Amino acid sequence: MATYLEFIQQNEERDGVRFSWNVWPSSRLEATRMVVPLACLLTPLKERPDLPPVQYEPVLCSRPTCKAVLNPLCQVDYRAKLWACNFCFQRNQFPPAYGGISEVNQPAELMPQFSTIEYVIQRGAQSPLIFLYVVDTCLEEDDLQALKESLQMSLSLLPPDALVGLITFGRMVQVHELSCEGISKSYVFRGTKDLTAKQIQDMLGLTKPAMPMQQARPAQPQEHPFASSRFLQPVHKIDMNLTDLLGELQRDPWPVTQGKRPLRSTGVALSIAVGLLEGTFPNTGARIMLFTGGPPTQGPGMVVGDELKIPIRSWHDIEKDNARFMKKATKHYEMLANRTAANGHCIDIYACALDQTGLLEMKCCANLTGGYMVMGDSFNTSLFKQTFQRIFTKDFNGDFRMAFGATLDVKTSRELKIAGAIGPCVSLNVKGPCVSENELGVGGTSQWKICGLDPTSTLGIYFEVVNQFMFHLRRSPFLQVFNNSPDESSYYRHHFARQDLTQSLIMIQPILYSYSFHGPPEPVLLDSSSILADRILLMDTFFQIVIYLGETIAQWRKAGYQDMPEYENFKHLLQAPLDDAQEILQARFPMPRYINTEHGGSQARFLLSKVNPSQTHNNLYAWGQETGAPILTDDVSLQVFMDHLKKLAVSSAC
Amino acid sequence: MSQQGYVATPPYSQPQPGIGLSPPHYGHYGDPSHTASPTGMMKPAGPLGATATRGMLPPGPPPPGPHQFGQNGAHATGHPPQRFPGPPPVNNVASSHAPYQPSAQSSYPGPISTSSVTQLGSQLSAMQINSYGSGMAPPSQGPPGPLSATSLQTPPRPPQPSILQPGSQVLPPPPTTLNGPGASPLPLPMYRPDGLSGPPPPNAQYQPPPLPGQTLGAGYPPQQAANSGPQMAGAQLSYPGGFPGGPAQMAGPPQPQKKLDPDSIPSPIQVIENDRASRGGQVYATNTRGQIPPLVTTDCMIQDQGNASPRFIRCTTYCFPCTSDMAKQAQIPLAAVIKPFATIPSNESPLYLVNHGESGPVRCNRCKAYMCPFMQFIEGGRRYQCGFCNCVNDVPPFYFQHLDHIGRRLDHYEKPELSLGSYEYVATLDYCRKSKPPNPPAFIFMIDVSYSNIKNGLVKLICEELKTMLEKIPKEEQEETSAIRVGFITYNKVLHFFNVKSNLAQPQMMVVTDVGEVFVPLLDGFLVNYQESQSVIHNLLDQIPDMFADSNENETVFAPVIQAGMEALKILFQPQTNVYDSLAKDCVAHGCSVTLFLFPSQYVDVASLGLVPQLTGGTLYKYNNFQMHLDRQQFLNDLRNDIEKKIGFDAIMRVRTSTGFRATDFFGGILMNNTTDVEMAAIDCDKAVTVEFKHDDKLSEDSGALIQCAVLYTTISGQRRLRIHNLGLNCSSQLADLYKSCETDALINFFAKSAFKAVLHQPLKVIREILVNQTAHMLACYRKNCASPSAASQLILPDSMKVLPVYMNCLLKNCVLLSRPEISTDERAYQRQLVMTMGVADSQLFFYPQLLPIHTLDVKSTMLPAAVRCSESRLSEEGIFLLANGLHMFLWLGVSSPPELIQGIFNVPSFAHINTDMTLLPEVGNPYSQQLRMIMGIIQQKRPYSMKLTIVKQREQPEMVFRQFLVEDKGLYGGSSYVDFLCCVHKEICQLLN
Repeated sequence: MATYLEFIQQNEERDGVRFSWNVWPSSRLEATRMVVPLACLLTPLKERPDLPPVQYEPVLCSRPTCKAVLNPLCQVDYRAKLWACNFCFQRNQFPPAYGGISEVNQPAELMPQFSTIEYVIQRGAQSPLIFLYVVDTCLEEDDLQALKESLQMSLSLLPPDALVGLITFGRMVQVHELSCEGISKSYVFRGTKDLTAKQIQDMLGLTKPAMPMQQARPAQPQEHPFASSRFLQPVHKIDMNLTDLLGELQRDPWPVTQGKRPLRSTGVALSIAVGLLEGTFPNTGARIMLFTGGPPTQGPGMVVGDELKIPIRSWHDIEKDNARFMKKATKHYEMLANRTAANGHCIDIYACALDQTGLLEMKCCANLTGGYMVMGDSFNTSLFKQTFQRIFTKDFNGDFRMAFGATLDVKTSRELKIAGAIGPCVSLNVKGPCVSENELGVGGTSQWKICGLDPTSTLGIYFEVVNQFMFHLRRSPFLQVFNNSPDESSYYRHHFARQDLTQSLIMIQPILYSYSFHGPPEPVLLDSSSILADRILLMDTFFQIVIYLGETIAQWRKAGYQDMPEYENFKHLLQAPLDDAQEILQARFPMPRYINTEHGGSQARFLLSKVNPSQTHNNLYAWGQETGAPILTDDVSLQVFMDHLKKLAVSSAC
Repeated sequence: MSQQGYVATPPYSQPQPGIGLSPPHYGHYGDPSHTASPTGMMKPAGPLGATATRGMLPPGPPPPGPHQFGQNGAHATGHPPQRFPGPPPVNNVASSHAPYQPSAQSSYPGPISTSSVTQLGSQLSAMQINSYGSGMAPPSQGPPGPLSATSLQTPPRPPQPSILQPGSQVLPPPPTTLNGPGASPLPLPMYRPDGLSGPPPPNAQYQPPPLPGQTLGAGYPPQQAANSGPQMAGAQLSYPGGFPGGPAQMAGPPQPQKKLDPDSIPSPIQVIENDRASRGGQVYATNTRGQIPPLVTTDCMIQDQGNASPRFIRCTTYCFPCTSDMAKQAQIPLAAVIKPFATIPSNESPLYLVNHGESGPVRCNRCKAYMCPFMQFIEGGRRYQCGFCNCVNDVPPFYFQHLDHIGRRLDHYEKPELSLGSYEYVATLDYCRKSKPPNPPAFIFMIDVSYSNIKNGLVKLICEELKTMLEKIPKEEQEETSAIRVGFITYNKVLHFFNVKSNLAQPQMMVVTDVGEVFVPLLDGFLVNYQESQSVIHNLLDQIPDMFADSNENETVFAPVIQAGMEALKILFQPQTNVYDSLAKDCVAHGCSVTLFLFPSQYVDVASLGLVPQLTGGTLYKYNNFQMHLDRQQFLNDLRNDIEKKIGFDAIMRVRTSTGFRATDFFGGILMNNTTDVEMAAIDCDKAVTVEFKHDDKLSEDSGALIQCAVLYTTISGQRRLRIHNLGLNCSSQLADLYKSCETDALINFFAKSAFKAVLHQPLKVIREILVNQTAHMLACYRKNCASPSAASQLILPDSMKVLPVYMNCLLKNCVLLSRPEISTDERAYQRQLVMTMGVADSQLFFYPQLLPIHTLDVKSTMLPAAVRCSESRLSEEGIFLLANGLHMFLWLGVSSPPELIQGIFNVPSFAHINTDMTLLPEVGNPYSQQLRMIMGIIQQKRPYSMKLTIVKQREQPEMVFRQFLVEDKGLYGGSSYVDFLCCVHKEICQLLN
């Protein structure tokens, strides 16, 4: 087992692949009995610092329907300079450049250690990345200020040749022209009127004038970039301008009367952003970054009306079919998401507000295009600020940890068929013999388009489950909507669908570490019995990092023992979980909510809601003992769940 | 070369003035039609025939010269020297003519009028001009020629169709002559009034046209010019001089007999001068009901003593007929021309402001008339009887005052509303929209930044100008700065709004491309206080011309874009009346007045576009084919004047009358949603509303007819006020009283507005007939009922209407009422709109321009030279004349203008050196120059539109345009001469009397 585990980990480490079963069922019958489907989690861009750059193009199988890439598993006839495709068994001649190939002189792609390899393709002009900021101005002054600062800061993080653009919205939508000196110029659109891509492009003057052909003018290839450059400019040229422009951004000036929400035209703003890129830079790497501080309240894509007395839809409303705008809005954003995906662009959503912002309706924008979704309480929090900053981090090569316009092509040998993929992708509708009839996730294809991805983006099909795990999965926000808003559910699911195994496991079953004077930090059961007075607990739920001081520890700290030289060890104890948390915070995207609380603190609820309620007010037998803390809940405990499961397992066997 | 242009023009052969002429060709310059009046004589045989080629380019070589002498076939008397220069035979190419002097000359046919005048003279001499002072005064300034109207023939009428002419039988030229050899094949148009073209008396002296190249000024050798006069005369003068000044060379013996001395028919100039002499410079106190004010052309000081100053209200008659039957009998329109915001000269007292605080103005309970001198206090001052509806009202306690022995309140002279004809009230909240005080007004400048405007520099000009002009936006006198906020929009195919909030480092431009559904994209910073945002605004105005300058560089590349832009503009301003109509109504409903400056180089549908300014009380300005160097000043003057002028916003006017009559029709830049409330989004000091009254019942001579005009409006500082004008008129059951009290200038204003309003729904011909008929009817009624018996052939005019025929004829000849292909629809629509809002003084000048002989200038006197009548016969080739009609100004230079004047005015040595390509006179440090410029300044003063100066040299192309304004002559585009029209009216009257 140990070797097996190592093997699995090694595979994942090397290829970013992890299977639910590591042994193929030998027959179809066996396969049907597996219950847990055969699947793998794939992290296409798993970081591999050790990979050498391969500066040539892959060798493809010559069968037009196959085109598999030459790989270490192919049979090679070095003498005849032939190789056999291991998918279709086509025999292929090596290209002339491989003339010198021999057993001792192998190209990298034939070496076993390069089961994962990255070719650097030299073809085609490099086009600059595009970042289009779509900024809500219906924010509180503090929030807007914080957001403006974050945006200004971000300009310094962009590659100098990246193109940036700015769209602001509130009651109206403004597309800012960035190339003008002396005056700031913007195109203004009504926030209530849905416009087609064509109309948007016409109104922005992006369509080339229909030239009457009277004069056959020499084609002017540079004309196109010129036209579009009014709204999208290289950072190095306009960062001063844009910094000033952002600095002068004012809150939406239209008055909001008492009892109303500000009119926020998110739907139109996004539509214009999509149309702008669609017209000017189709199929190049581009991010539309939507920063919004509240729900869309007018125009296409509105999620809630502007009357404050009518709250935004809840799960309850949705169940009762009482969410007036949801379907229409969802349709609007789906339409936009599909268009964006078709153009190869991606949409990020940064939604910071105390109330819901309509992520439920907008989720597909990020989900289908591989964009990020970040939810926070305010733009003026480190959660947002640092998460946003983290988007622009670079890898060891100094490259952005983001990639665009990926096509994922899965080939299988004849015995296997592809049922589908789950993750930030859209189907490219490539049907082939290896595509299964049955669809799971995005199916019916062997190719998917991933508009935006990063080294942690993981696509997958199914995941391995065990019983205890299932208990927490049932309690997780992925299945359980109780106490979560539709927006929150959409948000959690978005991240769940794109993280690798370890991270998604954390999401389902948070990790709990215990720190005490009794020894080094140790993982403990996610159980109420783990909450003890002389312990410090560190819980990582992926979205939250909670540090919890037990009752005694909290009293000690209050008494100031940590400041006394003789109790330096206490100081260290207090510091240890903080350091560990910091480490997680540094790496995690999006940045988790960081909660530092103690016994009896109001924020302790984050911990209490996650642990297994082995002790509740219902089983008071443990009261008064040093066995943990009772949880005031009616939820069943793991024990009850297991008992029930056992009963079912036995009865179903009959 | 100069001449050829004309020569080549086609129309020569045409007998009919204006027919087929296309103005641009200036072909009609020598239009024989004038000379060749129908009398037939004119159609000189041969030569004319040649001309008959009508021009359009007959290829032939120029015919030989002889034709120049037109024959007066018809006239037995044959005026010897006359030559109707036939149209130059050749219409062809200039080059061919160049050498050909005579032909060239021929192109200047005789002045029209002269010839006809003479003939008419003969006809009319018999008429008696009632009370015309000098009667047939010796021609003081008239043409020397025609002395007496010796032979009074009944009106010689050429076969005249539609128009009435008395005695057509008599005269002339058998039609056949018309068709004489060579006569133009053209049929005479029906309406051609008279065919009289008597041998022109001393006619115009059109001298042979100088040399080729003359028009071009530059190329013209001076010496030639100098000589040209004489030479020509010798060589070919065809026209015996008719000008007062210049008969010298005209050998022509005065034309004898049969002509009506033009000086014998009523002269508007004489009437104006007489009034000036008798009333000018005096104080006119408005203390008497029904007194007739001085003419608009007379300067005097007006003292409000209980009736509104004639500056505010002028009536067609100051004595109303007592009954409607009587009114019908006389057919004199009963109307008032009200200019509620008329400018008051600084030597007269401004309107008093009455403030009754929260109780507001005192008003009659029944008819809601405002307290005014017509209210009669009774019962010791406790009650008052309304002069309008006779209702007896209680005097509000706060307003009580005892009466004196003659029943007048003790505070009579302390309260403006008791003793004055005009005053203002501070309005209470009840008079505000939704009972909220109004916001301060705003000016929004919308600048067309499309390609052509950028290219011709207009945008730059406007932006530069705005910077200084914004300093002068109107403010209340006591205020430091103006309360008016300003905002800026530019547009081409899209709209650009600007945020010029004071705290911005630089202006922000917001583009709205959705022109199908325009909206205002910003709230804050669009309308700002100029002083506060001055630096941002200047920054913006500096940038605007450059901002859109890109299009310049890529003329060809962007041509299609511009095309698209224009298309879009058309969509935006689709010529659908409904669109503008409802737009205008919306504007008025929101108190938004639109003033439009148009710079069209092609048809822009002024009729539709103009609807918005018209209905919203704005102003329409139009500069055809705007050229920066020529039209700049005119435009800037208009722009400045428009912004600085006194104006009231969001106004509602109500005209109340005493019982027995009421206001039934309103004309002006107004919108009426019901029959009584005259709504105006804005009204400025130049806009007048003409109101027509009709009888409801009998009027009593004792109580007279009272009018109260109340205008509720918002001041430039945002205060709501009421401006009240009261006027009392007499009533009489004697027609003679009625006729005595008429004012022709106001009548013409009314006729013009009602006719111009009617053009939208009635055929022009019908409208013209109605005008002629009504004129005849009014005069016939006078003749029948008021004049002492006299011979039927006599034309008798009431003194107050002496000049009605000439003015009416001017109105009939206005291009709005004459649809001619030569005159663009836009121009007609434009003039129509201007006239609709004109006050009496403006309409008087517009229809009868002022013509001043500059060569008679006394440089030591500050007096304007005496005006002369608008007829070509009053010009002389030694003279320099200034003509102004309120829209245009011309400086006409006779070919033999005195060199010292030319030197003095233009600072060039000779006539030939004068560059006519200017719209401003050079500032020469010379008394002539200074005096002339001062005169022009005086004429321009107080006129709402800046007049563009055109320098016209005698016998050069532009003279054609100038001649249109010689309104006593036969019109270039049709319309009869004064004399002919008088004959025509006379005939009508005769018919009516029979």
